[in-house]
Amino acid sequence: MKKIMTIIRPDKLEDVKQALEDIGCLGMTVKEVKGRGIQLGITESYRGKDYKVDLLPKTQVEIVAPAEDVEAIVDTIVKSAQTGCIGDGKIFISPVEDVVRIRTGERGKKAI
Amino acid sequence: MDPIFSSGDTAWMLISTALVILMTIPGLALFYGGLIRRENVLNTLFLSFITFSIVSVLWFIYGYDLAFGADIWGVLGTLTNPFFNGVLESGTLSSYAPTIPEGLYAVFQMTFAAITVALISGAIVERMKFSAWLAFVPLWLTMVYLPIAHWVWGGGWLFQMGVLDFAGGIVVHLSSGIGALALVLLVGIRKNARLLPHHLGYSVIGTGLLWFGWFGFNAGSALGATNLAVSAMIVTNTSAAMGMLAWVLMDKLNTGKPTLLGALSGAVAGLATITPAAGYVNITSALIIGFMSSVICYYAVSHLKPLIGYDDALDVFGIHGMSGIIGTLAAGIFATPLINSAIKGGLIAGNPAQLGIQLLAVVVVGLYSFVATYIIGKVIDRTIGLRVEEDHEVQGLDLNLHEESGYRP
Repeated sequence: MKKIMTIIRPDKLEDVKQALEDIGCLGMTVKEVKGRGIQLGITESYRGKDYKVDLLPKTQVEIVAPAEDVEAIVDTIVKSAQTGCIGDGKIFISPVEDVVRIRTGERGKKAI
Repeated sequence: MDPIFSSGDTAWMLISTALVILMTIPGLALFYGGLIRRENVLNTLFLSFITFSIVSVLWFIYGYDLAFGADIWGVLGTLTNPFFNGVLESGTLSSYAPTIPEGLYAVFQMTFAAITVALISGAIVERMKFSAWLAFVPLWLTMVYLPIAHWVWGGGWLFQMGVLDFAGGIVVHLSSGIGALALVLLVGIRKNARLLPHHLGYSVIGTGLLWFGWFGFNAGSALGATNLAVSAMIVTNTSAAMGMLAWVLMDKLNTGKPTLLGALSGAVAGLATITPAAGYVNITSALIIGFMSSVICYYAVSHLKPLIGYDDALDVFGIHGMSGIIGTLAAGIFATPLINSAIKGGLIAGNPAQLGIQLLAVVVVGLYSFVATYIIGKVIDRTIGLRVEEDHEVQGLDLNLHEESGYRP
């Protein structure tokens, strides 16, 4: 099992959600987050003075999936979240040791 | 003007009074409220509202008489009708505006006093104790506003010299702008002094209300439904529009992009600068005044402030103080008897002495406001304390001073 943690543009969330639903990936956890990449945010200008705004609002989507589904999910996220401009975000994939469904106590793949 | 009651003039002045109230609550409150951190939005709005209430109460207890009562040595008016006793009952006409009731002139003037004190709040937002502000408002009204209003409008020494201040370049904008500068020197620099507006939309609504209300402020200062009111309304609007365009041009030349906050700031600069000249100048002068005001205020805000290093949070000195100075001097240059037959005019109309009187008023009123405000601030600092606690400033004033928050997460 793998955890797919992805940071996307907030306005791409609906596209990503729909695209994942279309390939049958339904469960996810979404967070509003702030962050920055190597470009260090953007500059805003008020009354003749420039201010660096280096943390931009982003949306974080977390999905836990069986290892064999990961490629399809990652492909789907890249396709649906991509604009080609700076700030599209990143995907991080990591192993998951176990999963427990609290309602029934089931464990492993069937608890996802 | 013969002292005969005019229902037309009275109707216009009632409307003007209401328009100027709208400038403070909620116009100025929203203009300032959009520019600060979201954690301080309620405190910032509150400062304007509470100021309006305090001034409204004090104005009729003693304020109006000290500013507009019978002159004592050119310095202050006499307190003849405390609590406005008998004035409403007698229904006499105003000696300053002989076609409207004295009560109407007094309440119109009250709105000016209220917005002048509220303007100062923009400089000290995000770090001044609310209790200290509650003490500051009556003290500043009494020690600074009332004498200055008397000197310029209430028959005091500048009035007797013939100073031109149609709607408050000296009394409102100069006095508050310089007072704000003195107060921020005492209150000090915020821990986070960046100007990152949390909701510019509020400031858009606020500026719209200020602009709209300014027609009561300036055209109302004609004190009747007259040709002069029409003229004042048009030059006011022209200067605001030109101010906006000039500031946007400055933005484009200096930082490369036109900004909305710049446009709003330019409009306010244009409005404030035309204020002392509104009843004395023509459209050509208004275009020059609006343009110059934005260019000078732009540099005061973007270059002078960082150079000297004071933390005038929302540029009360940079915009209102500078506008008061520029507009008062501009009145001494551009005023013409062709627009207002009651005056001799300024430099261009062949009366260079007027510019001297204007300059004297700027210097003396500026110095007086600075010194008196500094003393008031110092006294409050030693007794109540001006500055909020450090953790209150970091976490925001709304939650700590008022136990309210502007936004639910």
